[in-house]
Amino acid sequence: MQTKRSTYQNRWLPYLLLAPQLAITLVFFIWPASQAVKSSFERTDAFGFNTSFVGLANYARVLADPSYLNALGRTAIFAISVTALSMSLALLLAVCVNRVLKSARFYTTLLVWPYAVAPVVAGVLWWFLFNPTIGLLPHILDWFGIHWNHRVSGTQAMILITIAAAWKQISYNFLFFLAGLQSVPHSLIEAAAIDGATPFKRFWTIVFPLLSPTTFFLMIININYVMFDTFGVIDATTAGGPGQATMTLVYKVYTDGVAGLNIGSSSAQSVILMAIVILLTFIQFRYVERRVNY
Amino acid sequence: MVENRPLLTFLTHLILILGVLVVAFPVYVAFIASTHEPGEFVRGVMPLLPGDNFWATYSQMLGDGWQVAGAPPVWLMLGNSTIMALTIAIGKVAISILSAFAIVYFRFRFRLLAFWIIFITLMLPVEVRIIPTYAVVADLGMLNSYAGLTLPLIASATATFLFRQFFMTVPEELMEASRVDGAGPMKFFKDILLPVSITNIAALFVIMFIYGWVQYLWPLLVTTDEDFYTIVLGIKRLMASSDRVPAWNLVMATVTLAMVPPVLVVLLMQKLFVKGLTETEK
Amino acid sequence: MASITLEGLKKTYAGNVQAVKGIDLAIEDGEFVVLVGPSGCGKSTLLRMVAGLETISEGTLKIGERVVNGLEPADRDIAMVFQNYALYPHMTVYNNLAYGLKNRGFKKPEIEARVRNAAKMLEIEEFLIRKPRQLSGGQRQRVAMGRALVREPAAFLFDEPLSNLDAKLRVQMRVEIRKLQRRLKTTSLYVTHDQLEAMTLGDRLVVLNAGQIEQVGTPMEIYARPASMFVASFIGSPSMNMVPLAYLKTQGQSTLLDDLPPDTDTVGIRPDDLRLTPPEAIHLTVEATLELYEAAGAESHLYVQLIGSKQPTVIRVSGQPPVKEGETLRFYVTRQALHPFDSASGKRTD
Repeated sequence: MQTKRSTYQNRWLPYLLLAPQLAITLVFFIWPASQAVKSSFERTDAFGFNTSFVGLANYARVLADPSYLNALGRTAIFAISVTALSMSLALLLAVCVNRVLKSARFYTTLLVWPYAVAPVVAGVLWWFLFNPTIGLLPHILDWFGIHWNHRVSGTQAMILITIAAAWKQISYNFLFFLAGLQSVPHSLIEAAAIDGATPFKRFWTIVFPLLSPTTFFLMIININYVMFDTFGVIDATTAGGPGQATMTLVYKVYTDGVAGLNIGSSSAQSVILMAIVILLTFIQFRYVERRVNY
Repeated sequence: MVENRPLLTFLTHLILILGVLVVAFPVYVAFIASTHEPGEFVRGVMPLLPGDNFWATYSQMLGDGWQVAGAPPVWLMLGNSTIMALTIAIGKVAISILSAFAIVYFRFRFRLLAFWIIFITLMLPVEVRIIPTYAVVADLGMLNSYAGLTLPLIASATATFLFRQFFMTVPEELMEASRVDGAGPMKFFKDILLPVSITNIAALFVIMFIYGWVQYLWPLLVTTDEDFYTIVLGIKRLMASSDRVPAWNLVMATVTLAMVPPVLVVLLMQKLFVKGLTETEK
Repeated sequence: MASITLEGLKKTYAGNVQAVKGIDLAIEDGEFVVLVGPSGCGKSTLLRMVAGLETISEGTLKIGERVVNGLEPADRDIAMVFQNYALYPHMTVYNNLAYGLKNRGFKKPEIEARVRNAAKMLEIEEFLIRKPRQLSGGQRQRVAMGRALVREPAAFLFDEPLSNLDAKLRVQMRVEIRKLQRRLKTTSLYVTHDQLEAMTLGDRLVVLNAGQIEQVGTPMEIYARPASMFVASFIGSPSMNMVPLAYLKTQGQSTLLDDLPPDTDTVGIRPDDLRLTPPEAIHLTVEATLELYEAAGAESHLYVQLIGSKQPTVIRVSGQPPVKEGETLRFYVTRQALHPFDSASGKRTD
């Protein structure tokens, strides 16, 4: 890895500069993570007296547990829906803002602020709108003969958390799409216009392919967001219910470990999650590297 | 634009206005709810026009809080959130800029190892190591403390990488000129490198402030004492009891107050915010 | 002020790449020495070794009587002017000039006096309160010079200081640097890849190639008697023509070439030594077809192809002679204008 052409020769100073970061990393990241790995291979008896090495038994149990597989499936559905919904709306808005030169900044301001809203708050806002008793949206849906109660219907609960999670993420995706659109060379669009392409055709044949690095990058980031940052959305709205219909992997680690105190199983789940994050990070970095070369 | 198409332009504005309204609608409804009396929410549909209970609701929440629900006054929670967000933002920026300085401007034995240790934190979000991290904090006696709330969240690979990347673009000759001018490493850091990094520092600070403000899972785990509740956590506690006592005006007032500081930060520092966001994630 | 002595200086990078392969050079007190060579020849590395920005792998470096191999740049009593100026962007011009003095613990009045004095000398007094980004390229260059000047160091080191300027400013600053150095008599080491800059600035030139010295001498010595084919083609513009000796021998006057040293197989002829009119002195004649006529005001460049050879050749003549492209012309060159080389070793043979 690169340094500057000329560097300082100091013997101890670099270690001193790195000390705070490394200390926190070791104490609060590396050590706990290694503990999680360790206890994922152990079982503690009900009284907490004896801990024994059980090999892959925790993993075997987790992976054979229908409720875990259910959570895995729910997480996948959740991730795909949020990513698709939020990215497509964000792209639409970014394309529009990119068209209106004069008021672009004004619209941007009005679209970016949800980034600053906590996931829990996003959950509460939509939960309130969808409140089965007094909520506005169930009332409207009633006119169409749809009876809304996300406390009973698993599908409706999933729709609720998807909308809340996607709503918060639109601003983020919007900003990246807008930055991507603004970096499309104007000469290309002009050349296509001279070639007689309509605005829609220009978008799909020229602009969208050029946006593909941004799109791919955002997909990874969004999946990451849905998996890990939506804990607050779920905890504020459905708490995994009804009947585990909105139970994601992270929420399950929390309920099994903190509420259920099943350390072995929860640790095995944590390690599986780590593997997923490592995979996502790997994909992201490989791709970032490729983008640098292009 | 390449050519003038009035209909398309009209459609564009229409979509944007609709988008802005949809994005803002939930917040509008929440704010409206906070201006009504609790009785409004027992039956029927939630109100869509402002009520006249604004002052009463907000002064109650900011002042006494809502004791039945076990929530401390909002000003206290806002204070805690501010302390937490500021500590995390300042801490992250400080330790990351120092690490990046070490990694870029020095050549030393365990440089690559240090880099990888920092890199690994990217792959270990708090969500995947909840219980053992909680155990460490408990063992260190940091439950229900600002240190426990903030320290475990301060390490930052992304911030370190951002500064590293930026330092690599700072002309080599600045450091060399300062060496010829008789400045040692720390003098160069203080006199030259910090001043030229100031925009990056500010941009990162904005992002990290918001990151700190919206934290939820971690405060949920390490704070059981109401005195350390952050506002985001407080909302959840209020919600828990509003199923029984539907005092939606109070909940939504808290929600509104919880959004105001970070949203203001984003709006007032939009340029820095966008720069920080689009650059930290690359 | 001091002399600078380089004894067997070497720079070896990781992986055994040698950038500088043993340089011996004695720069006298007050002398202006220019290191010149193509990019990658090691000239900048050598300068940076003198500055203390690169470590010295082998050899001894003395500034004055002091061995400075292990000293920090700041302790070597040198000042440096960088190619991209390296001005501190957040500081005013005044503070840019004062920074090095402050770090050395100078008192305020002394700093003030020195900064004012340098600013006056460089005519940048009115910019002292500005930031570097508010200055033009030429003004920034002056500030960079000023930063070196205020220090009153034992030696100035210049790392291609003019290459970021446009052609016109470059000539102007070149003259100013030369005048300034004459006035201050500070020992100077100057790196450039531009042979014209090197010729016009230096008391002595050091031509470097692939980490080694090809030739050291005054500009005119080097121009008149290049020690190798590399130096011959690097110094002077357009480049010296290299004609195979065998070809010249077929042109009839081979007796004239008999006294060339035995190893000679290539003859160098400067573009201005080929003339359209026969000189009084004893001379050779060659015939060539004019392929391109480039009129450049006071002089013209004729790109020709020697008859019976594929050798492209350039000729520089004054004014605009009445010749046409496609014509076959006769050129004359005196015996004294021939530079004999051995193409195997690249060295001059006489």
